[in-house]
Amino acid sequence: MTQTSHATTADSTELLRGTAGVIADWSSDQRAFKRVPWGKAMMWIFLVSDTFIFSCFLIGYMTVRVSTTDPWPNPSEVFALTMFGEKIPLILIAIMTFVLITSSGTMALAVNFGYRRNRKVTFILLLATALLGATFVGMQAFEWTKLITEEGVRPWANPLGAPQFGSVFFMITGFHGTHVSIGVLFLIIVAVKVLRGNMDDERPGFMTGRPQRYEMVETMGLYWHFVDLVWVFIFAFFYLW
Amino acid sequence: MAQVEGQQHPLGIYFKIWILLFVLSAASYMVDYLHFVGWLRWFLIIIFMLLKAGLIVAVFMHMVWERFALVYVVIVPPLLLIVFVGIGVLEADYTFFARDVFFSPNNFVIEAHH
Repeated sequence: MTQTSHATTADSTELLRGTAGVIADWSSDQRAFKRVPWGKAMMWIFLVSDTFIFSCFLIGYMTVRVSTTDPWPNPSEVFALTMFGEKIPLILIAIMTFVLITSSGTMALAVNFGYRRNRKVTFILLLATALLGATFVGMQAFEWTKLITEEGVRPWANPLGAPQFGSVFFMITGFHGTHVSIGVLFLIIVAVKVLRGNMDDERPGFMTGRPQRYEMVETMGLYWHFVDLVWVFIFAFFYLW
Repeated sequence: MAQVEGQQHPLGIYFKIWILLFVLSAASYMVDYLHFVGWLRWFLIIIFMLLKAGLIVAVFMHMVWERFALVYVVIVPPLLLIVFVGIGVLEADYTFFARDVFFSPNNFVIEAHH
């Protein structure tokens, strides 16, 4: 009852559940994704395709790492930082992980406060998410600079060992960083839209002319959580392996 | 508004999942910090990774509250990746073997042929 979507408030009929529900939804000769705004359904479809892109990168990385006869640099040492006079392994990546998880939390809260129609809190939370995302990208820029200028790692060469390390590192973290950067831009755009009251007044969107609703914040949230999700896999497979 | 739109849930669940994600991230960092090696390392890395991914998708991305028509579209196709990983491992092992046999500088058999 609390989950009825605005876009489908016309369905007052009770929908089937479980496997029978899947069959009924797909064979209904109407929209297959009931009670889901189309923008959100399309975001999910996009995220499934993005899953395959990142999976191709990670599987490619696994293949080159297993097949190389050159020694693979130890990420634990490569990404260590000297803090308070002590060398702490992998600390930069750990901090980046915590920054991204914090941003995922603020994003989840932003979606929630959006549906509560709390314009100001939603705006602040979206802005906080964007700032944390920008912090993450900044730390990544620091990480890249250190690796390029101090260690001499290049996408085609690596003085620390296997050249594949350089190729894979710049490819995967670069593609993920691009996703975060685009996310930060869109977070700022959505935050400004929220602050202006576009969602409260359901003003027509700039591109589509359709009324803007707080569902947009949830769709934005799906993208942002996905970026965090990809980082979970990169952290496990690239940095902890 | 007579109707509540979209996914609305109590705030508590988000905070609980948030804390769990922090704990799991700290745990996976400790795997490296405490120098776990071998199968134990891999087991812990994969477990913490899957738990984090599962919590993000299920709660933050609201998957547990969606209808199965959407859940299956998102969850089922990526399962094919397991096959892809298997093919990658096979291919990589074979390539490593070939490189070791034919390009290793310590391989006297190759030296004898020259």
